[in-house]
Amino acid sequence: MSRLALKWAFKRPATCRYPAEPRRIIPGSRGQLMFDADSCVFCTVCAKKCPTGALSVSRSPKKWSIDRLLCISCGYCVEACPKKSLELTASHGSPAVTKDREFHEAPAPKPAAR
Amino acid sequence: MTVECIAVESLLSRVRHLREAGYRLVQIGATRLPSQIEVTYSFDLEGELIHLRLVLASAEIIVPSISALYWCAFIYENEMHDLFGLQIDGMTIDFGGQFYQTAIQHPFGAPQASALPMSNSHPVVAAAAVKS
Amino acid sequence: MARTIIPFGPQHPVLPEPVHLDLVVEDERVVEARPSIGFVHRGLERLAEVKDYVEFVYVAERICGICSFIHGQSYCQAIETLMKVSIPPRAQYLRTIWGELSRLHSHLLWLGLMADAMGFESLFMHSWRVREKVLNIIEATTGGRVIFGACKIGGVRRDLDAETLRTLGGQLDDIEREAREITRVFINDNSVKDRLCGVGVLGRREAYELGCVGPMLRASGVPQDLRLSGYAAYGDLVLEPVTRSEGDSYARCAVRCDEIFQSIDLIRQALSRLPGGDIAVKVAGNPDGEVVVRAEQPRGEVVYYIKANATKHVQRFRVRTPTFANLPAMLKVLQGCDLADVPILVLTIDPCISCTER
Repeated sequence: MSRLALKWAFKRPATCRYPAEPRRIIPGSRGQLMFDADSCVFCTVCAKKCPTGALSVSRSPKKWSIDRLLCISCGYCVEACPKKSLELTASHGSPAVTKDREFHEAPAPKPAAR
Repeated sequence: MTVECIAVESLLSRVRHLREAGYRLVQIGATRLPSQIEVTYSFDLEGELIHLRLVLASAEIIVPSISALYWCAFIYENEMHDLFGLQIDGMTIDFGGQFYQTAIQHPFGAPQASALPMSNSHPVVAAAAVKS
Repeated sequence: MARTIIPFGPQHPVLPEPVHLDLVVEDERVVEARPSIGFVHRGLERLAEVKDYVEFVYVAERICGICSFIHGQSYCQAIETLMKVSIPPRAQYLRTIWGELSRLHSHLLWLGLMADAMGFESLFMHSWRVREKVLNIIEATTGGRVIFGACKIGGVRRDLDAETLRTLGGQLDDIEREAREITRVFINDNSVKDRLCGVGVLGRREAYELGCVGPMLRASGVPQDLRLSGYAAYGDLVLEPVTRSEGDSYARCAVRCDEIFQSIDLIRQALSRLPGGDIAVKVAGNPDGEVVVRAEQPRGEVVYYIKANATKHVQRFRVRTPTFANLPAMLKVLQGCDLADVPILVLTIDPCISCTER
């Protein structure tokens, strides 16, 4: 044990002073869900597949909402989405003090060209 | 899986045979079905698993305890009593219902028809609420 | 002599999860221990009757944080046996690799907790420092540090690419080297031996009759290991159960230390024989019938019983976890021990109370 203690007495500590030092993000880690409203067709398949009920989608009016605190980052919705509008990034979300739903709407349709 | 259905009266003699043959108790589990309760005793000897099953018409039927033969059975029998409300007679260590502390007594005792109430944010419940 | 009742838990510094013991004490000798559980009871067995059997994999994984992968794997294996689905060999090997990584991190966690129970804080920190390396490998390959989310019915959800396979060997060598430094302290240090040798002795016959499983049983000389039954890819790997004969807490610690190196060896064997091919098959329909599946968790033998009736929900989902089987043995060794040995003896069964109570 003394050998171990001596070795580590002169090394940099193994602990990372998070959040002062940023944490090394491991690629491939399942973090926060990102939604792209432009490509979504509001088919509601992701809401049906979500095991915790975090996603809620309606066809008319075109609304997509997520309760971030219920999301377990399983990636089931990402696999199910036919338009690839959902993606799991490697960074985790910021802490929240209230349980809010995050709403997204379809972007306004572009005016027809003259 | 080899399941042998036996009567409540022959439980102790059957278990005594298994004990003398050197079987080890693996688990005792209960399943509540709409019309009956099944209690399954699993025993193992060198990788071979056999199951004895009691089919009880109700939770009021008294089941004899096998803890005189297998001392470790008391923990499964206490759990079955606390969760399902089964009456087990003659446990070597009987915690009297104080082993598994839950807010509702006998939480697994409710029949399957009354399923858990789903939370309001579940899509099925929310959709039903929107429709009505 | 007058008896005192001392409550142990549910909040106690050595306990990873809450369990309550009423210790009946005469002077400083424990005469009897009365357990009381239910603090982490979430009724997950009833949840199986409400949730879709495909979605339930996520719930099965969350029965426990330490042994989560093997819970998910056993559930998937049980449903796959019921539906007569055979998964591709590559998926079997990947499940084996992740199962052994799960065992590695669980044993390193336990070593740290045992050091903490003895008051050996710096050894606790070193064990968990090495465990961080294992968790980084798990995060890079499955996406989650503790809850892997890698199993699904029909196979696994992620694959290991060539780049990961190349670097994994070096990372395992690193972990092995550091684990040797730490386990050398556990095996040789005098203060560790003083606390662990001769404490909580269970003879071979007694351990078998008390229904012990896992390292608890193997440290008393019984070579029982469910991995020998050949589920997942274990049938292709060379495996010898690690046993000791003394049956005391030191032997259990030594068995878990040796199992760390056995797991690293099994991962290397599996990596060298990893077959190519698909990682999952499509599964359609509903499960019907009943099945019992057994697997070897880090704590011992886990038994999964599933009864289904061809609907989307299973009728009954029962898990008999290894800690539940080891509880009678814990109560037996606590009788007659010193009060100061109680934390060591409670930890020596590797208690995972969230598994026990589901």
